[in-house]
Parts: sequence; structure tokens; C-alpha cells
Amino acid sequence: MSRVMVFVGDQPGEIESQAITLGHSLGSVEAVVLGDVTIAGLNRVWSVQHPLLSDYAPEAIAEALAQLVGREMPAAVIAAGTERGNEVMAHLGALLDLPLASNIVSVDASDDDWELTRVRWGGSLLEEATLSAFVKLLTVAPHSQPAFAGSGDPEVTIFTPEIDDSLARTRVTERVTVEAGISLTTAPVVVSGGRGVGSAEGFATLEQLANLLGGAVGCSRVVTNNGWRSHRDQVGQTGTRIAPSLYIACGISGAIQHWVGMMAAKKVLAINTDPDAPMVTKADYAVIGDLHEILPAIVDEVKRRKGLE
Amino acid sequence: MRILTCVKRVPAPGARINLTEDQRAIDARHLSFTVSPHEECAVEEGIRLREANGGTVTVLTLGPAESDEQLRYAISVGADTAELILTDGEEWDPQSTANALASRIKDLEAEGQAFDLILFGNESADAGGYQVGIRVAHLLGRPIITGIKGLQVEQQTVVARREVESGFEVYRLPLPAVVAVKEGINLPRYPTLPGRLKAKKAEVANLGPAVGIGGGLQMRMLRTPKEQQTVTTVLGRGADAAPAVVDLLAELGLLR
Ligand SMILES: Cc1cc2nc3c(=O)[nH]c(=O)nc-3n(C[C@H](O)[C@H](O)[C@H](O)COP(=O)(O)OP(=O)(O)OC[C@H]3O[C@@H](n4cnc5c(N)ncnc54)[C@H](O)[C@@H]3O)c2cc1C
Ligand SMILES: Nc1ncnc2c1ncn2[C@@H]1O[C@H](COP(=O)(O)O)[C@@H](O)[C@H]1O
Repeated sequence: MSRVMVFVGDQPGEIESQAITLGHSLGSVEAVVLGDVTIAGLNRVWSVQHPLLSDYAPEAIAEALAQLVGREMPAAVIAAGTERGNEVMAHLGALLDLPLASNIVSVDASDDDWELTRVRWGGSLLEEATLSAFVKLLTVAPHSQPAFAGSGDPEVTIFTPEIDDSLARTRVTERVTVEAGISLTTAPVVVSGGRGVGSAEGFATLEQLANLLGGAVGCSRVVTNNGWRSHRDQVGQTGTRIAPSLYIACGISGAIQHWVGMMAAKKVLAINTDPDAPMVTKADYAVIGDLHEILPAIVDEVKRRKGLE
Repeated sequence: MRILTCVKRVPAPGARINLTEDQRAIDARHLSFTVSPHEECAVEEGIRLREANGGTVTVLTLGPAESDEQLRYAISVGADTAELILTDGEEWDPQSTANALASRIKDLEAEGQAFDLILFGNESADAGGYQVGIRVAHLLGRPIITGIKGLQVEQQTVVARREVESGFEVYRLPLPAVVAVKEGINLPRYPTLPGRLKAKKAEVANLGPAVGIGGGLQMRMLRTPKEQQTVTTVLGRGADAAPAVVDLLAELGLLR
């Protein structure tokens, strides 16, 4: 059975565990962790230990991985398709001059060359590709696999790479904490506005509704481009991807680049003047009309039912 | 400061993506073209740094002859010079793209000085490989950081901020360096009339690639993911729909 290394870093979470699931479909999985992290249910864990790796340092991490790969020669190295996973793996690909297939959703490894499917356009298109390389490098598209759950302690092997101090040039040197309200990514309901909201002030009603429901406010790119909201609130291909229980899209047309950011929502409610807008025809529920009349009426009704008025 | 920004021409699909008959590209007959929003911000960031520190901004792309349009857009908002590495239209894989870009950058630097800062988008809008910038940085032997939403140049150091859930992380890279930026780092300006005139008249250096295609990742075919068919329940029209909406919120357990 071929050996597959899965890089999980120092904070293995749900997405990293999904990468392990994909690894299992390809061979026997050995996790590569930074520091004293362990993962139940695997045969082997490589614990990479080096003072330069005490905080995130993509170049140095890739150098450590390159040394481990050179020594152990696994068939593949896999990571999660997160910001860090993609970054570290691209460094590894550059160091070893190997191709990297990012954000894959499935692999057929029955031949020397692997046939795989990866996401394009932030998830609105799939690409079938052939990957030919001595060691295959992949990152796994988030939520394309179930999470891995196993039990039993793995054998932990410490690996101490040699890393030149100069590689610390790309390393976190400081962290700044910003106080934030309910986060867009974890909010159960997101009240989101597009061009139809018309102004920065227009978002006051969306804020009110979000507050009443314990949710967060989101927006489309037109809104951030107009300076009505901060880019932190933008949902979509070049913004944030979210999966709330309910997404309320107010005055958003439903362009594909916006849709890929919220298509994982369990339910979508569209509020739009145009009954043929793609957001309306793809939504579970819709209210047709002017959001400036509809939203205040909803806010009043919620307050009334909550006994706030 | 000598600054270089790399951009890629891509179609701008609307609500749905249609493919060509051979399923190897997006049917762009009725579409306009653009660059990734991250790259628009990379162009803007380069121009702002030049305005603050003096110097020049060069834009570079590898693509078909039509990519001229994206280079001229960059000039219309303030870039000084533009370079096109001409291909026959087929998309190149990330390794080959990076080799060709790095090779042209080395040529440009041999003619003049090294670029202090090379800017990329965090990922291309279409391929989204998250790697061309990192590969170019390695080929040039320079440090790179990606996912950047804040940039400052302090003497020989670039201070870069990356947004994370709790706030942001700070990186300090020695120049010359490479940075891949994300939308949100700035608000790109619109072209001005004089800018448009300058772009119309500008000369775009247009050369074939010095190195060929041949990476280990080859795209075979594109397909659209299966779309769920949803039946939309219209809850009503105008303000009168409010009670029905709130019934729904209650049903979904959101009225606590
Ligand atoms: C590479 C790329 C990446 C992109 N990434 C993103 C991204 O991350 N996120 C994103 O959002 N976009 C992104 N876009 C832009 C996207 O293509 C659309 O341009 C954008 O999503 C449109 O925003 P909108 O729906 O607010 O505006 P519009 O498309 O103009 O839609 C406005 C809608 O509001 C409705 N409306 C108007 N007035 C009212 C009213 N009074 N009451 C109710 N409804 C009203 C209209 O009927 C219309 O449906 C990207 C584009 C590209 C090319
Ligand atoms: N053909 C190209 N020409 C110029 N720059 C490119 C090209 N392809 C990718 N890039 C740059 O590399 C970044 C990352 O691309 P990718 O690795 O495809 O996600 C993009 O945002 C661009 O800045």
C-alpha cells in the first residue's frame, strides 16, 4: 500500500481531518504535525520539531516537509485547501519543482498518472485534470470529504529538520487582536445586502434585523466597492464563504461569484424587486418588492412577536 | 521604488457558466473580460506605493493577444509600462506560467534594475491554483507572503498584514520581496479620461514566451457541478409579506 503524508500543522481542525479522509482513499496515512500534536486512529505521526517553527512560517515549514519527503519518499503529500495549506504546499511544490493540484474534490489513483477533479472559479466549475509526478502534491477542497474519526494512539516519530535562519524571513512577527461581534462564518443567520440597499446608511435596517436574530451582516462586492461596508463582510469568491442556517439576500442579484460564497447555506430567502433575478429563482423562499419597505416591516413584526414593543 | 504587478485575463461570467462545445473553456462569446479582483487591488497597491515613494509600476501578463485589454486597463488607472508574454490562447499550467513569468522578469531586471516589490493576486479568478506567485518568488530567490490585506514599506522592509478570524498577523519581509494580495487591501480607483487616452496610445511590449509549456498538471476537461433544482416558495409581495417571513424565522428556530 502506498504511503501518503498528510500535513496538518499545529492546529488540526475539521478541514484538516477531511484531508486525512481523502488520504485514506489513496494509501496508508502518516500525518505530519508541528510540535506535540497527535491524531488518533493513524498508524504514524511525524512530529516536526524546530525552534523556527514555533509560529507560522510557511517557507520554513515547506523546507522541513521537503527534507522529510526527500528522506521518506511517500507517494503523495496532501494538505487541506485552507489559506495555510495551499500556501505551504505551493512552497513545497516550488522547492521540489513538482506540480501541485490545489482544491481537489476526488482522485482516481489507479494508474501512475492520477486523474483528478479540482474546483475552479471558487467552486462554480469543476476541472478534470491529469497529475503526473514522482511525488504527488494535492490540497483538498474544504467540505468535499467527510471528517476522519479514528481511535488508538499512533506511533509518534520526532523529525528535526535543518532549517537555515534566513527562512525565518517569512514568519509571523506579531499578532493583533481585533474585537469583533458575531462572526460571519459562525453566525446561524446572515442578513446580507447588495446594490439594492443603495447606501451605507441603508444597512441600518439589516443591522437591526441581524441583531434581533443573533446573526451577522454580510454584503456583495458592489457594496464593498462602493465603500458602504468593510471587505470583512463580503460574501463570495473573493470574500468569505459561509454556511449559515438561513441566508437572507436583500437586493442581491445572485451572480455566480456571489453564489459560491453562500451556496452552502441550508436555506436562502431572497428579497428582491425582480422576480426573475437568479438569487430569487435559486432561493428556497422569496419576497418580491422593495427591501426598504419589506425589511422595516419584518423588523417590526419580529419585535412584536418577541414582546419588545 | 520599482514595482511589478502580474495579472491574468479571465472572462467575467454572470449568473451561470456556459462551456464551449469541446468543454475546455468557458463560452465567452457574450461575456466581457476582466482580471481577478485581487489583481485589481494588486495594481492599485502598486500605484499607491509609487505615488508615495516615487518610481515605476510595470504590469505583466501571460496570455492571448487580447490580454492587451487588461494591460491597458492597468495603464489607464496609472501603471507606467506593460508587458505581454504572448501565448496561442490555451491556458498554461501553473509551473509553466511561473517559469515564463520569472524568465521575463529576469530579462527586464537585466535591462534595468531589480524590482523592489513584485505583486500578485492571491489566486487567479479562473484556475485558482494559489501558487504562481510563490513559484515565481522561488525562481527569483525572494521571500513571498500571500493573503495580504495591508501593506507598508518602511525603508528596506515591507510590513504585511494578513487577516485571520481573531484579527491579523504581521509579517516583515526584506526587500526585494514578493507579496500576493487580497481584495480589501484597498479600493481600486476608476480610470480617468487622461488615463484612458494614455492607455490608448501606450506601447505594450509583446513577445512570445522564452520557455514552453510542460508542467505535470494538465487540464483535460471542464464541467459544471450538478445544480440542485429548487422550487422557490414566494412568501408574498411587499411589506404585507412580513408575517409570513417571521413565521418562517420561527419555524427555523431563529426567534429566540
Ligand atoms: C472574479 C470575480 C470575483 C468576484 N467575487 C465576488 C464576491 O466575492 N462577492 C460578490 O458579491 N461578488 C463578486 N463578484 C462580482 C459579481 O460578479 C457581481 O457583480 C456582484 O455580486 C453583484 O452585486 P449585487 O448583486 O449587489 O449587484 P447587482 O448585480 O447590481 O444586483 C442588484 C440587485 O438588487 C435588486 N434591487 C435593486 N433595488 C432593489 C430594492 N429597492 N429592493 C430590492 N431589490 C432591489 C435588483 O433587482 C438586483 O437583482 C466577482 C466578480 C468577478 C469577475
Ligand atoms: N497567465 C498569467 N499571467 C500573469 N500573471 C498570472 C498568470 N496566471 C497567474 N498569475 C498571477 O498569479 C496569481 C496566482 O495565480 P494562481 O496560482 O493561478 O492562483 C494571480 O493572481 C496572478 O497575479
